[in-house]
Amino acid sequence: MELGQSNQDVFAETLLELAMQDHNILVVTSDSRGSAKLVPFGQTLPDQIIEVGIAEQNLVGVSAGLASAGKKVFAVSPACFLTTRALEQIKNDVAYSDNPVKIVGISAGVSYGALGSTHHSLHDYAALRTINNIDIVAPADNFETREAVQAAINHPRPIYLRFGKKPMYHLHPLDTKFEIGRALTIHEGHDVTMIATGEPVTRALLAAQILEKEDISCRVISMHTLKPFDTETLLKAARETRAIITVEEHSVCGGLGETCASLLLRHRFCLPFQIVGIPDEYTVTGSQSEIFDHYGISAEGLAQTARQLLQMERQA
Amino acid sequence: MDIRALKLKSVEYRKTILDIIKHGGAGHTAGSLSCTDILNVLYNHVMNISPQNFTDPNRDRYIQSKGHSVEALYTVLADKGFYPREELYTLNRYKSHFIGHPTRKVPGIEQNTGALGHGLSMAVGTAIAGKKDGRSYRVFTLLGDGELAEGSSWEASMTASHYKLDNLVVIIDRNTLQITGRTEEVNSLEPLEDKFEAFGYEVRHVDGNDIAALVEIFGQVPFAKGKPNLIIAHTVKGKGVSFMEDAVKWHHKVPNDAEYQQAIQELNLSAEQVKAAV
Repeated sequence: MELGQSNQDVFAETLLELAMQDHNILVVTSDSRGSAKLVPFGQTLPDQIIEVGIAEQNLVGVSAGLASAGKKVFAVSPACFLTTRALEQIKNDVAYSDNPVKIVGISAGVSYGALGSTHHSLHDYAALRTINNIDIVAPADNFETREAVQAAINHPRPIYLRFGKKPMYHLHPLDTKFEIGRALTIHEGHDVTMIATGEPVTRALLAAQILEKEDISCRVISMHTLKPFDTETLLKAARETRAIITVEEHSVCGGLGETCASLLLRHRFCLPFQIVGIPDEYTVTGSQSEIFDHYGISAEGLAQTARQLLQMERQA
Repeated sequence: MDIRALKLKSVEYRKTILDIIKHGGAGHTAGSLSCTDILNVLYNHVMNISPQNFTDPNRDRYIQSKGHSVEALYTVLADKGFYPREELYTLNRYKSHFIGHPTRKVPGIEQNTGALGHGLSMAVGTAIAGKKDGRSYRVFTLLGDGELAEGSSWEASMTASHYKLDNLVVIIDRNTLQITGRTEEVNSLEPLEDKFEAFGYEVRHVDGNDIAALVEIFGQVPFAKGKPNLIIAHTVKGKGVSFMEDAVKWHHKVPNDAEYQQAIQELNLSAEQVKAAV
């Protein structure tokens, strides 16, 4: 696999390209243009960036007002602050009022690993999933990021885009077709399925490669969209493979894993199943990579989870 | 519309507000009565908003940040012809769009509000868009005084001033009461004018229940080039009904039959006095 840029870099570059063609595209920042790699955007298109200072509630409210007047607005701020401090504005001003703002959470998950829980966003899927009228997309690599940003421009509903700050490996062939709400299968397999979202997708793919050497065939799905959820792809995996593992850079409560668990049960599937994410505890300190490894969101950790589930299935 | 006609409208609006709240079994009675005259003057004299131009990007915008006083807004929008008056009587009913806070499912409503401290940021965003597009529209937003304890209102104020939004008109319904009691006893706001001036507004005071004074003050907008406009509208909560005026218990109390009858009698008398005045 070839290493690319950080998804945040690709987000910023893509947005600049698009905004140069469309002056109705605006970016609103809360002293966050540096973190969001939007300094070149601000220098190139100073009339298309609106700074509100360190005030996330105002960031989202102002963005809603701009969107209501026909602007294509990207409200950009670290995911940790944006989706907690401004949650009521996201719920009311954006989602409930149906102002189609693109809420962009940067440095998401444990990107700011060593800065501590104040700077982690391990709740955002759970919080936003329960709010009506906002879609949720967490791209895994540069391709998905570019496609998601392009799709978001004219997306008719409010949407949340979630990006991390580490360079990501390229996961997709260039002719891949991307669609919001349609998962991408990046590795075929028939024994076990790993459904991952966001940056951990790469680790799931690496785990599949380990398992392949052991003659365990592992399907890997990039579930980049958590809402609307691609139920069909999940159920297909449940029919065609013997175990399912979900992988996310999020609390194990209320995110991808529990979404899958709920859907599987409602569709009467009972198979070995594990949610891999950040457990409900005081999060360990360290870099993003160290935190991933600590909680088994690693190639070897995920491979081991797969072995255990298949063992369970054989014993049953 | 002349002052006398506007005054008569205010009386009719107040009667309708009480009628629909009584019929609907719930509502924010006193707050709706305190801002009735402001809404009357805005919709019938100041703003270019009508059912015919509501999708026109050049229309003025009104965002009611103190969303709970929605009965006044629903009443005025019905009178403007956004929907038949009879629909007001579905207030609070199962599946009615006429719920206890503004929703865009009701024609004429710009933004869904109800959680306090939200309207000003949205108004600021809409005003920035107007400036960017070179449009002539103005953005009016009505805030409650108790609402000002929400810090987001002050975040938005900083932005309003930073972007020199003289197309933004912020009106404070300064009735000095909130659900618990006097604003100054709950979490004091004064000196309010100094605070708003420090945040960069051009501030004016008005008797918010005086139609002629409201017409006069709105006629002066913009107050200063490059500065957001702020009007502290001194109002009386429960205005127009003697026993509801300045009484905290009427925040969201529904009148019983006797109270309703007395209120209507008082309002009818006010209408007679307006008609009789030379």
